[in-house]
Amino acid sequence: MTVAVQLREVSVILGKQRVLCETSLQVEHAEWLGLIGPNGAGKTTLLRAVNGLVPFSGSILVEGREVASSKRRELAQRVALLPQATRTPPELTVAEYVLLGRTPHIGYLATEGRTDRSAAEQALEQLALRPFAARPLWSLSGGELQRAVLARALAQEARILLLDEPTSALDLGRQQQVLELVDDLRRDSGLTVISAMHDLSLAGQYVDRLLLLDRGRVVAEGSANDVLSEASIAAFYGAKVRVIRENGGVLVLPQRVEYRCAR
Amino acid sequence: MAEAAPQETPEVRARGIPAGWTLAALTFLLGSLLLGLGIGPVRIGPGPIAEAVVAHLPLVHVRSHLSPVEDAIVWQLRAPRVVLAMLVGSMLAVAGSAYQGVFRNPLADPYLLGVAAGAGLGATVAISYTSARPGELLPLSAFAGATVGVGAAYVLGRSVGGARTTGTLILAGVTVAAFMTAAQTFVQQQRTQNLREVYSWLLGGFGTASWHEVWLAAPYVAASSAVIVAHRRVLDVLSVGDDEAASLGLNVARVRLFLVVAATVGTAAAVAVSGLIGFVGIIVPHTIRLVVSTSYRAVVPLSLLAGGGFLVLTDVLARTLLSPSELPIGVVTAFLGAPFFAVVLRTTRTVGL
Repeated sequence: MTVAVQLREVSVILGKQRVLCETSLQVEHAEWLGLIGPNGAGKTTLLRAVNGLVPFSGSILVEGREVASSKRRELAQRVALLPQATRTPPELTVAEYVLLGRTPHIGYLATEGRTDRSAAEQALEQLALRPFAARPLWSLSGGELQRAVLARALAQEARILLLDEPTSALDLGRQQQVLELVDDLRRDSGLTVISAMHDLSLAGQYVDRLLLLDRGRVVAEGSANDVLSEASIAAFYGAKVRVIRENGGVLVLPQRVEYRCAR
Repeated sequence: MAEAAPQETPEVRARGIPAGWTLAALTFLLGSLLLGLGIGPVRIGPGPIAEAVVAHLPLVHVRSHLSPVEDAIVWQLRAPRVVLAMLVGSMLAVAGSAYQGVFRNPLADPYLLGVAAGAGLGATVAISYTSARPGELLPLSAFAGATVGVGAAYVLGRSVGGARTTGTLILAGVTVAAFMTAAQTFVQQQRTQNLREVYSWLLGGFGTASWHEVWLAAPYVAASSAVIVAHRRVLDVLSVGDDEAASLGLNVARVRLFLVVAATVGTAAAVAVSGLIGFVGIIVPHTIRLVVSTSYRAVVPLSLLAGGGFLVLTDVLARTLLSPSELPIGVVTAFLGAPFFAVVLRTTRTVGL
């Protein structure tokens, strides 16, 4: 196995806040790494750093090359990022939107050529959006829109996919569909995936490895079985949960806390 | 969504400009140019005018049937006026579409970052403190004022919030514009004898247009429009947001600087030769969005064609509505533009800074 992404003592300071503290990690080629942790733990910042969107200290290597000294365009050919809240211009057609993913492969002032159109077409096929090509984005349902966003990332033909809360706006069924899709794509095309996730049970079911972040530090790392425990979730999320382990899977169930007045 | 998926699989490509619309916009432009040449206090029929225009083109040998006086009216009075209105209209419309794309704000116009206030200050200073004939120093001074204004707004915006946040840049523009307007008012009050001249410049117009102004503005308008038209796909990429555009490989801050510089230089040149004509940069691109497509691949090139035609027609209105006196063209565009602005505001779901 080869290393897709490697972080060595990466720190990010935003304003006066240290958002990521000397984080080191390594993601193998075709691995799916899940980032978990409470709000503000640094999950999004870590993804943005890997994509060169925030200044950082330390070193981030993407397929062996330093992110800090990479050109934006070259980095975009290797890494695709789907931010949490994506802006989908409502009047663009699905085809036009997916073609935007070809930007790193098109000359600065050029327009799409035949290879770009066929790459976009293939991405649409893979996500079963081919019949939607001419539809404006506003006419899509939430699940279809999320697939269009994924199709744009696929059209980018980057081997590393960074997903920030890819399912947060979707219902349970759509969440499963999208994650299954990502898993299929990963197996078919050998993509490396790093995703920030809120739903711990879902995260545990799909990813190869979990990384628990808290206040910018890695506090636990390993399989879902190792990382997800009642004690760690209570400590870092401040949540009372039951963790059920069955058939090799891990389920995290929130429990109602009864507050009493201390008198 | 009840809409069924269409039977045949649609093509995977960007829409670009529907062919019919290019033709329509071209016809509109040519039609308004001919109308602008034909309408005036001296009646000259469309046939002889077309002949006279062809006769003046290089490498064509057609004899004009106009008398020397009529020929002078068409070629020295009306033609420069019409051509200048076309250049200014095209420039303002294209610059408006560029600003709307760069700032992802449908109500952005070419004057957003202080072009107008800067040019106003420059022109007022030139009128008040120099005795040169207005045709010479005024455009240069207005141009300089406009570019200094936007430059100051850009530097201020960058130093405060970085070029990453468009909101800071817009607020910096507001700040600089307020300051320059104050300076302009001060100069104006110092030299009240020039009030009338300053005022008529501020309202804009093509009443004194000559070929001199046309040649002054044309290179800037051509270069600036070429840069913006070349960026039409990049403007579509910017529509997904700064971060995502960056993750698609664009250097967003640099692209924004390119486009702001191009739009500013062109707008400054347009303002320098015509005064402050508002709303063109809003009316034209938005009409195209409403009737053709919201993709910048259509909006930018069609704004170039339709903007020219629009301002030529507006100028015809300005000089005929209260004939024989002329309305300032800025008043006409504002009368048309303000209600239009309201419509855009109502139909736009969210307007962020």
